[in-house]
Amino acid sequence: MSAAHLSGGAPPLLNVEHLSMRFGGLLAVDDLSFQAGAREITAIIGPNGAGKTTVFNCITGFYRPDVGRVTLNTDRGPRYLERLEGFRIARAGVVRTFQNIRLFANMSVLENLLVAQHNHLMRASLFSIAGLLGWCRYRRAEKAAVALACRWLERIGLMDKADWDAGRLAYGDQRRLEIARAMCAQPKLLCLDEPAAGLNPRESMALSELLQSLRDEEGIALLLIEHDMGVVMQISQHIIVLDYGRKIAEGSPRAIRSDAAVIRAYLGENGTQPLPPEVMEDVGQS
Amino acid sequence: MGYFLQQLINGVTLGMIYGLVAIGYTMVYGILGMINFAHGEIYMIGAFISILGFILVGLAGITAVPLALIIVLTATMIFTAAYGWSVERVAYRPLRQAPRLAPLISAIGMSIFLQNYVQLSQGAQVKTLPPFIEGGVVLLRDADFAVRISYVQLLIWLLTLVLMAGFAWIIGRTALGRAQRACAEDRVMASLVGINVDRTISLTFVLGAALAAVAGTMVTLYYGVVDFFIGFLAGIKAFTAAVLGGIGSLPGAMLGGLILGLVEAFWSAYFTTEYKDVAAFTILVLVLIFRPTGLLGRPEVEKV
Repeated sequence: MSAAHLSGGAPPLLNVEHLSMRFGGLLAVDDLSFQAGAREITAIIGPNGAGKTTVFNCITGFYRPDVGRVTLNTDRGPRYLERLEGFRIARAGVVRTFQNIRLFANMSVLENLLVAQHNHLMRASLFSIAGLLGWCRYRRAEKAAVALACRWLERIGLMDKADWDAGRLAYGDQRRLEIARAMCAQPKLLCLDEPAAGLNPRESMALSELLQSLRDEEGIALLLIEHDMGVVMQISQHIIVLDYGRKIAEGSPRAIRSDAAVIRAYLGENGTQPLPPEVMEDVGQS
Repeated sequence: MGYFLQQLINGVTLGMIYGLVAIGYTMVYGILGMINFAHGEIYMIGAFISILGFILVGLAGITAVPLALIIVLTATMIFTAAYGWSVERVAYRPLRQAPRLAPLISAIGMSIFLQNYVQLSQGAQVKTLPPFIEGGVVLLRDADFAVRISYVQLLIWLLTLVLMAGFAWIIGRTALGRAQRACAEDRVMASLVGINVDRTISLTFVLGAALAAVAGTMVTLYYGVVDFFIGFLAGIKAFTAAVLGGIGSLPGAMLGGLILGLVEAFWSAYFTTEYKDVAAFTILVLVLIFRPTGLLGRPEVEKV
């Protein structure tokens, strides 16, 4: 288990306490508490319908949780995300991607990255009034924004497609562009909802490397929902396992692999039977 | 030939005014998916404010025409933009999550309210402005007909072109424009990358109202008469222009405005003036039946 979860010193970057979310008769998330440390990759796994995406939606302001507190500890003090409007959550430093890609399809690849830097630009341009006058501070900010965008285009290998409409990109490129766009919003915590979905093994590998470099080079924390256990086990420091909205296990990849409750959740109650080899591989027990 | 040219000039002038108002409709539609039926009234308020402005400027003893124009235009744009902002704040923002019919009804209510507000506060009589900019240039002299473009017409052309260029720049090149296009595509995603969607929508109304204010000022200068009811017809016609060009498309709004202006001018010139509104609205019906997306309004077209 990683140090950040045990050390009592600095508060964790993200602290979720007693989160509950109910839809009619369905308790989608049930008294969930967990933490995500700075400069760490935390993965949330669980069977379909376990409430993983609901947790994301509560953290990023899509849903108002019925009960619970979601605290982001920033340099400028704690932010209680469950009370903030969506765009203020992004400004506080939490940005997310979606399971189904949501790029601005009719805008160019470059513009997708610039739009994510809107805050910084608008502040520099005094909400575009000075921008209209071509004020030099706005020019400088715009130039910096383009430079940052280009750095990301370089990094995800889309420099030569900067002028394409984002909707025309190949699927894998769209996935990477979505991550780059999120990074251009300069988050402290990046929430990725199944980033490896639909990628081939080679692309998954490249994705793992990209995510690790975000953690190691950009110094941000990642919160990950993922079904691809290869990716999860390889890159995350900390794994939280959900089933029916409850946390059934939590710990390092090694601990999770051998956790009986996890295996039961994935395979049903009679998990005493020997697992078929391909399933063993899938839960990372090869 | 001369007569034709003259109608062309008149038609383009009229079309540019329609185009300026149509942009307000098309921008709001692009971003909110609703028709702001109070936009015609915003234009009418712009015309009233400009008349007040010209009177005040006259009382202040400013006689230099360019200076007076700049002052009146700026003041009109600012005050009309404030009206546009308030309309959004009061009548549409509280209904952001409501079904689509609710803001539409609210828009019609706002339109009626603004008409009556101006009627009560300014009176029902027609307000007139003595010709402020006189004269013109004779372009061509036929045997019995002189083709003439007045200075007011030249001013309208020039101002519209400048505003359109500036507008294309804002939408295409600035952070605000990008935010507007992002909101038009996916409002939720826009807020998730940190865009203040409510503020972006407010600024869209402010920009649309400022353009309508310019159109209102130009009409005041062009015709010299204003009353509380001009917003209704002008609004519906600008809406027709926006639909004709393809609602949601900015170049479409301008193109639709020009076509509508030309149709009206030529219809009045060669057929009957009484039926020019019939001609304009026949276009609306035909477009809605045969090409509901308008001339430039394909689904993937850039919209705001």
